[in-house]
Amino acid sequence: MSNAVPEVLVLGAGVSGLVTAVTLAERGARITLREIGPKVGSGASWFAGGMLAPWCEAESAPAEVTRDSIMSVGWWAQHVPDVTRHGTLVLAPPRDTPELSRFGRKTSHFEVIGGQQIAALEPDLEDRFDKALFFAGEAHVDPRRALPALRERLQSLGGKIIFSASREGGETDFDWRIDCTGIAARSSLGNLRGVRGEMLLLRCRDVTLRRPVRMLHPRIPVYIVPRAEGIFMVGATMMESDDTGAITVRSMTDLLNAVYTLHPAFADAEIVEAGVGLRPSFPDNIPRVVRDGRTVHVNGMYRHGFLLSPARAEEVKNIIFDR
Amino acid sequence: MLFYGEELRSRLMLGTAQYDSPSILADAVREGNPGLVTVSLRREAAGAMAGQAFWELIKAFGIPVLPNTAGCHTVKEAVTTAHMAREVFDTDWVKLEVIGQGDLLQPDVFALVEAARILTEDGFKVFPYTTEDLVVAERLLRAGCEVLMPWGAPIGSGRGLNNLFGLRAMRGHFPGIPMVVDAGIGRPSHAVAAFELGFDAILINTAVAKAGDPVTMARAFRLACEIGLDAFAADPMPERDMAVPSTPTLGKAMLDA
Repeated sequence: MSNAVPEVLVLGAGVSGLVTAVTLAERGARITLREIGPKVGSGASWFAGGMLAPWCEAESAPAEVTRDSIMSVGWWAQHVPDVTRHGTLVLAPPRDTPELSRFGRKTSHFEVIGGQQIAALEPDLEDRFDKALFFAGEAHVDPRRALPALRERLQSLGGKIIFSASREGGETDFDWRIDCTGIAARSSLGNLRGVRGEMLLLRCRDVTLRRPVRMLHPRIPVYIVPRAEGIFMVGATMMESDDTGAITVRSMTDLLNAVYTLHPAFADAEIVEAGVGLRPSFPDNIPRVVRDGRTVHVNGMYRHGFLLSPARAEEVKNIIFDR
Repeated sequence: MLFYGEELRSRLMLGTAQYDSPSILADAVREGNPGLVTVSLRREAAGAMAGQAFWELIKAFGIPVLPNTAGCHTVKEAVTTAHMAREVFDTDWVKLEVIGQGDLLQPDVFALVEAARILTEDGFKVFPYTTEDLVVAERLLRAGCEVLMPWGAPIGSGRGLNNLFGLRAMRGHFPGIPMVVDAGIGRPSHAVAAFELGFDAILINTAVAKAGDPVTMARAFRLACEIGLDAFAADPMPERDMAVPSTPTLGKAMLDA
């Protein structure tokens, strides 16, 4: 079979499905992508921060996640138009500066910078913070631009995409079935659970940021990611819960307090959207490729969908092309 | 020492929140060998059973579960949460926490006593998270509590035993009542100090979950509990204001002379 063009069915047009489909199509597979929702990113991916932060994530993720995600910055830069490579700034409110030391002990590839350098990087934060960690090698994408860009890339490679697909059917005549359906796959992956995340989109004309800012806090760590046209993504809560109900008052208050601490001008920002998603997660919170005969699962992306999909897609490619 | 008639396999009580993953929590539980684990129940999650996947992981440890009412600010919330917890975990034990102050997360001791009374009447066995105030402790016992859980320091602060005098006085005042230092313990040395004061157990969460290496820290706390219990049982020598040589000077050869 290694000589023939493999016919591959990919289920799910979230970040793992699209990255896997594009990776396989580029290697020469014939792809059909089926998505139950009406568009790309109908699940958790749409609410992601899109931070490509291999080193910052080491604060809470094992070394394997950092190791496998370093290639993701380059992958995204090659595949979608607007990857912003301005690094990550990590800050703490004055009384929580011990959190900066703790963060620094658990991570690497940063420099400790003072108030002047903070102001040089982010002029709007001048005089607001005395100390920060700067991770120069990190980047970010806007998931709501990146996922449609991958869809176009897949189509240009001859991939077929079916939206609003029925749950069953049309699955014969394929050599491989790649299940990237996230939490929807929990019936076939017994140890998958949902970790609820809540996020906000704000529009603020008074503050400009060039890179994601992480605000450390012993109880409520929050990140703020700048996007085009004055939009800021603020996220994200983490709860051991499968509840997909609307954002709670407590969560929204926590997120808003954090942005207000970053800069008081956010008080006049518009709240454009409040989103809730379930991060599909294995017990160790590490994204994995699980093979079961001719079905391959790419799942458990947890909070690392954009960061780890490229590496996991490589693993799928190696399985299918028998390397 | 029995807690509501039950002997625990160890005197470490371990919280299950804030770990980087359930796998790390499971490893910490294995190394720490806690006598029980506490679980916080978010009301919205409990209502829809939306935390089921995580709760199943906790139940799989095979260790007694002490559900808590973390995050509750009123008697009503705490009572409702306790009832949900009883259904989810099939236990009448509850760690009662009613927060009265947002910055230091101090217990609202007035609401605490009232909620303890209501829950005890409902058949719950209440583990109240309280301060080292003797009057409040007296009221909690009168409300039906058979265990007291004073704080060492504010939740998550890692400051250890903030008021040694107060904790020692409380221990001395309620002989025979099982007492747990809950909250504020940041290091194994704090745990040893609590046992040396005569406390029967410690309850920790952040100290393990947010350590650089939670699994090793869990083991360190397991050992600290053993050391502290032994140290107290062995009746340490008193502090003295003068040196007392361990070798008698009388009859000692005067080699230097």
